[in-house]
Amino acid sequence: MSHFLSPVFAPGFFQSSLVQIAVVIGALAAVVSAVVGVFTVLRGQSFAGHAFGDIEATGGSGAYLVGIGPLLGFLIAAVIGAVAMEAIGIQRVRGRDLATGIVLGAALGLAALFLYLETTASSTTGATISVLFGSLFAVSSSTIPLVILLSAVAVTIIAVLFRPLLLSSISPELAAARGIPVRLIGALYLLSLAVAAALAAITIGAILSTALLIGPAATALRLTRSPGRAMLSAGLLGVAATWIGIVLAYDSFLWPPVKQGWPVSFFVVTLVLVFYLLAGLPAAVRARAARTDQRARATASGLAG
Amino acid sequence: MSRVPPAGGEAPILEVEGVCVRLGGREILRDVGFRVGAGEFTGLIGSNGAGKTTLFRVILGLQSATAGRVLIAGHPRSRRNPLIGYVPQKFLLDPDAPLRARDLVGLGLDAHRLGFPLPSAKRTALIEEMLDAVDARAFADARVGNLSGGEQQRVLIGHALISRPRLLLLDEPLANLDLASGHEIVALLSRISREQQIAVLISAHEMNPLLPVMDRIVYMAAGRAASGTTEEVVRAEVLSDLYGHPVEVLHVHGRVLVVAGAHGDPGVANGALGAIEIVS
Repeated sequence: MSHFLSPVFAPGFFQSSLVQIAVVIGALAAVVSAVVGVFTVLRGQSFAGHAFGDIEATGGSGAYLVGIGPLLGFLIAAVIGAVAMEAIGIQRVRGRDLATGIVLGAALGLAALFLYLETTASSTTGATISVLFGSLFAVSSSTIPLVILLSAVAVTIIAVLFRPLLLSSISPELAAARGIPVRLIGALYLLSLAVAAALAAITIGAILSTALLIGPAATALRLTRSPGRAMLSAGLLGVAATWIGIVLAYDSFLWPPVKQGWPVSFFVVTLVLVFYLLAGLPAAVRARAARTDQRARATASGLAG
Repeated sequence: MSRVPPAGGEAPILEVEGVCVRLGGREILRDVGFRVGAGEFTGLIGSNGAGKTTLFRVILGLQSATAGRVLIAGHPRSRRNPLIGYVPQKFLLDPDAPLRARDLVGLGLDAHRLGFPLPSAKRTALIEEMLDAVDARAFADARVGNLSGGEQQRVLIGHALISRPRLLLLDEPLANLDLASGHEIVALLSRISREQQIAVLISAHEMNPLLPVMDRIVYMAAGRAASGTTEEVVRAEVLSDLYGHPVEVLHVHGRVLVVAGAHGDPGVANGALGAIEIVS
């Protein structure tokens, strides 16, 4: 069996504990990202998701400097970011793009400083790559309990709030008229987004975390019509992208030019994009057919006239 | 022309008494008072900025009144009032959004509950029944964001009605509809109101589409309101007093036109036709 599959799975894939850790963490991060991400897209808050990426870069690099785990750094930064967004009002954050851009720029600047200090102290560039672009094969197994806990928290929040959150996301006005505490629901949702962003960051890096958060969810919206099914397919797509990414990254240890392995995040992000484009294909084909049809009819009527 | 409201000593479903709202130093509502009896169809008529949406927000409990009070079925309204169904004016949903018409109607049943909606035969039956009641069966499985304005209105009405309210508030449901869809929505609302004894309060800037079905009218201008039957309210004296300057009421081919008098303030007019200006 393993011999039969060896063109796909490079030798030692199933025995590697690094791979096993990556498979578990990647899957959990993908599922949480999908469940939360469907609402992020529905609420038009992918901007907030991206902002978390910038803020987490600061948190993750700071964590390296003070010697705590990167996931904890991502999480602390994201939660602080969530509180700040909630205090200012998330819609206003989005509206004030100049101020927000400057603040997020400053956060990345701080990350640059932390990473510079870390790199000069330890004379490796490992931290930079890990924090910004992720290194899933380097995640310590001691992170797994925290990943499981965070996943449970985020998924529980979304599952419990599902109906009021769905209505507030579709129409805050309609939800408020029904007595749903729209602001509180929004704040709890933002907290779960912060957690999802931290999990995505540990998987594919802070800068790329939005891709896992938004990509599978946006793809699922193209494929499904009901919110429950959108979550399910986003979860499957996210897990597929992550696992295939892990396999390819493992295989790439045997690839040129350096025989050191390509980053998992490169494969995951590329697969997310490919899925998204493929999902848009049927609609694009239909639209093209409709246009051609229209043109043909216009030509025909032109000839008739 | 108008239906006779149900007799009996039943408390009005909605009582608005002396409501004033002041926002940022501006008086949005000034001493607004009227009643809506059980099962009555009432039109809330006024041009943009007359205070209709603010009044709805006060009735829904989303805006507190500086003075006055609102009673629902004789009681001060509570935060979540199951007696009121609401259809908002602004409803924008991305065409991609994964929400079918039946999902939105279903949310009307239990959006305030926690957790996922568990599939149950009873829930499905209620949703199907409501989809039929608002003639939305044909597009029940389409994405709400892909529906036309009139279709979205039907789904939103289904969303509001499925929890069996006794008062339905609709904020400018005809604003973005073509004439035919508007007529269909009015006919639908009138039928539901009559058949299910649900009071309807519908805001509009044009009264004519509602004239055949309205039991009562609440006419608003510059934050003030006059209410009664259309015969009582839509008269030159009453409306001139409301606008604070002379207006005339013209009956043209079965339509009612309220036009500013010769020296009227063009500020309240919303359309000019030569020398006369139509305000409603």
